[in-house]
Amino acid sequence: MSGAILAGLGIYIVTEARGWEYLGPDGPGPGFFPLWYGITIIVLSLVLVGRNVMARASEPAAATNWREVGRALAAWAGLAACVGLLKVLGFLLAFALFSFFLVAVMYRRPLAPSAAIALGMALGFYLVFPVALNVPLPTGRLGF
Amino acid sequence: MDVIGHLYQGFAVALEPANLFWCFVGVFLGTIIGVLPGLGPAATIAMLLPLTFQMNTTSAIIMLAGIYYGSKYGGSTTSILLNVPGESASVVTCFDGYQMAKQGRAGPALGIAAIASFVAGTVGVVALMLVAPPVARLALSFSSPEYFALMCLGLAMVVLLAGASLLKALLAMLVGLWIAGMGTDLFTSTSRFTFGHAELLDGIDFVVVAIGVFALGEVLANMEMRGGARMLPVPKGLRNLLPTWQDLKDCRFAFLNGSVIGFLIGVLPGAGSTIASFISYGVEKAVSKRPEKFGTGVPEGVAAPEGANNSETGGALVPMLTLGIPGSGTTAILLAALILWGLKPGPLMIQDNPSLFWGLVASMYIGNVMLLVLNLPLIPLFAQILRLPAYALYPVIFGISLVGVYSVSGSLFDVWMLAAFGLLGYAMRRLDYPAAPLILGLVLGDAMERALRQSLMMSQGELSILVARPVSATMLFLAVLLLATPLFKKANALRVKAIEQAD
Repeated sequence: MSGAILAGLGIYIVTEARGWEYLGPDGPGPGFFPLWYGITIIVLSLVLVGRNVMARASEPAAATNWREVGRALAAWAGLAACVGLLKVLGFLLAFALFSFFLVAVMYRRPLAPSAAIALGMALGFYLVFPVALNVPLPTGRLGF
Repeated sequence: MDVIGHLYQGFAVALEPANLFWCFVGVFLGTIIGVLPGLGPAATIAMLLPLTFQMNTTSAIIMLAGIYYGSKYGGSTTSILLNVPGESASVVTCFDGYQMAKQGRAGPALGIAAIASFVAGTVGVVALMLVAPPVARLALSFSSPEYFALMCLGLAMVVLLAGASLLKALLAMLVGLWIAGMGTDLFTSTSRFTFGHAELLDGIDFVVVAIGVFALGEVLANMEMRGGARMLPVPKGLRNLLPTWQDLKDCRFAFLNGSVIGFLIGVLPGAGSTIASFISYGVEKAVSKRPEKFGTGVPEGVAAPEGANNSETGGALVPMLTLGIPGSGTTAILLAALILWGLKPGPLMIQDNPSLFWGLVASMYIGNVMLLVLNLPLIPLFAQILRLPAYALYPVIFGISLVGVYSVSGSLFDVWMLAAFGLLGYAMRRLDYPAAPLILGLVLGDAMERALRQSLMMSQGELSILVARPVSATMLFLAVLLLATPLFKKANALRVKAIEQAD
């Protein structure tokens, strides 16, 4: 699967690189280097796909633990939602919600301590970054 | 004499109050992240990199290097108390360290780890100080073809030792080269791989990729499971941490062995501290009068790998500072930091920035003393960090990553890219693609393309220039030979064994 995706990436790189100058009067153009590593990606990923197919024919692949993958993807989805909310709610609120999600949902802590941890995190970040270090945080439509 | 004069200057820089403070912050943070399993120095340095842009560059490199070598001191604590290595380089310390702890000798095991780290770490700095200037002078004779060949050789070594699958390591490195190529071509101003986004015209910021792949990828992988390991009791009081006179006598060769092997392996790109600690342990066992006791809790089984692990840092800084070629993910991030601060790591680095180089060397002497003082009496305190629950730690890492990336560019687009690279980092871990070659490809991609194109400009497009010059021809031949290793059964078996042990 990853080999097929990388082969697709290699084809994209080669297609793009062919649109740029390969060798000009001053030497190699912008297409020279990408063309070569693009071709190498295609060749190596096809070898990887071929090897995996042959290996599966002789021995079935180990089963993926989807429960573990699901936990990691759920955490990532929470992060993506937090990033999406930065423009609307600002960092402090979006991060507090994300922290609450991690503590209460991912680690199944009781709601009240989870809310306290989430608010404490947001307050801590506010005190360390904008106040102590003068590092700006993304602000939302509410002005903070 | 010259070295002593420079070192004197270096101490004048390192002993400035601000630099002493940042050195302490670095080694303190390093010890903490070394203790915490699942958060490595590469991820921490990547996360903190954006915050260093407001700092003086000498103070910043002193702090980041402190995190790097400080993490190696802390890594042994979890190996000994939990049988869980804080860093991959501390795997070997588990063998005898955990056995000593189970026999009620956790204190001496932790003490020996700290003393070995101090002795070998200091030897590593002495060797760095003596070896780096001549290497830089040698590299001054290099031109574009030699640089291109040197980067190929460095990448080949890293790829060779990064993962069990050479194919996957090569593919990760090539993806790194592709990401490095995004943005405007410096020779012709052609925009490449920007997907129509104006935000990508300047390329993807290194910080975004490094934090995403290392820090977020690591945290997401750790979040797959909810549970934690069970810790053995932590000894209290300095007296209980000091090894006996017999322990120190048993370890005297291990201190030397770890120091020398660690530095030599560190200079080679790709090998890294994990392999250094395994080799040092193997040598110690081979020359020991009681090899059968190894693995049952002998102090020299702790001293040799811990020494090698720490001495390796000095070795790893030699190619990074003098040639601009990093040998691991962490040194790649340190190299990128130097470039982002406007410095040019390479043969002229020491000559052009003597106060930075010698200040860094002197700070490493001071940092090693700080670490010994911190680690011996405060190990019980640091071990308490292990009681910090994951649900309190991970939101902090996510938060620092988001703020760090946003503080570099003020762009929410970059924050989205961070999330995307976090997912990529997790997928790479899950699918057994090593992250180090990707980061190295990313750091070296631009310089490698520039060196290749400049070489071909010199020869009017003739590729033969790369093999017509003896130094570049030799390095390219070695690179090809390294990548051909899997074709030779015995050599490949050794390679896979080294990597499996490192995993």
